[in-house]
Amino acid sequence: MDYKLTYDQYQQGLEQGKLLGLKCNGCDAVTFPPKSLCRECNGSDLNITEIEGHGTLRTFTVVRVPPMGFTAPYVVAMAEIDEGAWVMGNLVDINPDDADMSLIGKKVRLGNQIVKGDNYSGGDSRVVTFSLAAD
Amino acid sequence: MRQVAILSVAMTKFGVSEKTNLEMFAEAGLEAIAQSNLEPKDMEALYFGNCLGDFEEGQMHMAPFAHAELGLPISAPATRFESACATATVAIRHAALLVGAGIYDVVLAGGTERACAMGTPLATKTFAMGHHAQYESRPGLTFPGVFAMAAHMYSDKYGIPLKELKLNMAEVAVKNHYHGSMNPKAHFQKEIDVNTVLDGMMVADPLQLFDCCPFSDGAAAVVVAEAGRAKDFSKKPVYIAGMGQASCGPLYLQKDITRVRSREESVAQAYREAGLGPDDIDVVELHDCFTIAEILALESFGFYEFGKAYDAATKRETYLGGKVAVNPSGGLKAKGHPIGATGAAQVTEIVEQLREESGPRQVEGARVGLVDTLGGDFGTICNIILRS
Ligand SMILES: [Zn+2]
Repeated sequence: MDYKLTYDQYQQGLEQGKLLGLKCNGCDAVTFPPKSLCRECNGSDLNITEIEGHGTLRTFTVVRVPPMGFTAPYVVAMAEIDEGAWVMGNLVDINPDDADMSLIGKKVRLGNQIVKGDNYSGGDSRVVTFSLAAD
Repeated sequence: MRQVAILSVAMTKFGVSEKTNLEMFAEAGLEAIAQSNLEPKDMEALYFGNCLGDFEEGQMHMAPFAHAELGLPISAPATRFESACATATVAIRHAALLVGAGIYDVVLAGGTERACAMGTPLATKTFAMGHHAQYESRPGLTFPGVFAMAAHMYSDKYGIPLKELKLNMAEVAVKNHYHGSMNPKAHFQKEIDVNTVLDGMMVADPLQLFDCCPFSDGAAAVVVAEAGRAKDFSKKPVYIAGMGQASCGPLYLQKDITRVRSREESVAQAYREAGLGPDDIDVVELHDCFTIAEILALESFGFYEFGKAYDAATKRETYLGGKVAVNPSGGLKAKGHPIGATGAAQVTEIVEQLREESGPRQVEGARVGLVDTLGGDFGTICNIILRS
């Protein structure tokens, strides 16, 4: 079976400012980030879709002891996008020392940023970012 | 399925070691074999746990070398298991499954890890390789980070102010260090107080240094055998009553990480096979890699309702002599966490408890014990219920 939306295609989407996911023709669920089957029903009848990029922050942490290759502090967070899927990313445009419990439930706008590659990642890559929505 | 027993258990002291992975495993493995009154030639297979030997020592495919260290026969295959921090428990479960199925009568299972050799930045990096590489490691997620996110979510979901939750989490660390102070094999054998935790450096908000287990070196091994072998054996027999194992995907698919679905399923399998429930458990060795992790586990087991276990240590219900003794060894927090060996050390503690060999930290009258090991970011859970 063909892999509908590969990581490489997803990365190319991010480079063009597009958040590519998969819409299930069986149950309408949106799978983001992509995987082989629908995250809800395991269906394989999927179409590539562009998600809107709005979500709600569900949890976060400020990493202060980083893995080799990262410079702390920075905020890692999970958000639920309006289409229902959850995604891991970096909360940006905020001083990490200002990150507190009031962030949970806040509306965020999704974007992406480059993470430098290391010996194990096959070059640079892009990851999802969250910015607090203005409204 | 045939009934399966644990004939013998052994572990090295956990901590920082100058020994190689193989040297540590030889120490634990040979002692376990000697304790079983069998000989290396009697082992029919080796189920060997190691996670990060590639990075610790530049050693892949360590299992056959461990086999050679122990002097096992060529006919006994040596196989490496890797399930992140749940590695050794998964190895022991698979040994028990094959003994139960009648394929083997006697299997040596366990693991070894030398995490300290890497130093903190590389160790943090290699542990983080247990997250989904493309979608979750790349934003710089770490293991403390995952449990930090779970703690924030727990505080929000159950309406427990973060300050109050952190104070109760600190009590988990205080308890496990107290238990560890009675364990001569523990990485840390020193009592701490709540201020030790709350004054510690921040690792990943809201987790401070003493909310986190250490990187440790160590090995542990157990002899798994068909139950008949235990009958003509001098020590009190300890039987496997039930086992479970379950899997979850990356965090973005798990969503609400205050509920460990893999553990809820795994422990249900173990209870079902054992014909037992939460009220029957006298002693638990559970996966307290972080203080919040112990709280989540107690709820998954059905010992507490969801959102209610956060103050169990504060109320001393999980201390030795409490409602149920949780982590009498000191847990991962104080005993230490050499990830490939941890599960076998948990089984070691429960077997010794059920044999009443635990000295000052003995749980009075313990007859049924639960082992709980978590691998990765809730991706693997393995449970073993033992009874005397
Ligand atoms: Zn679907």
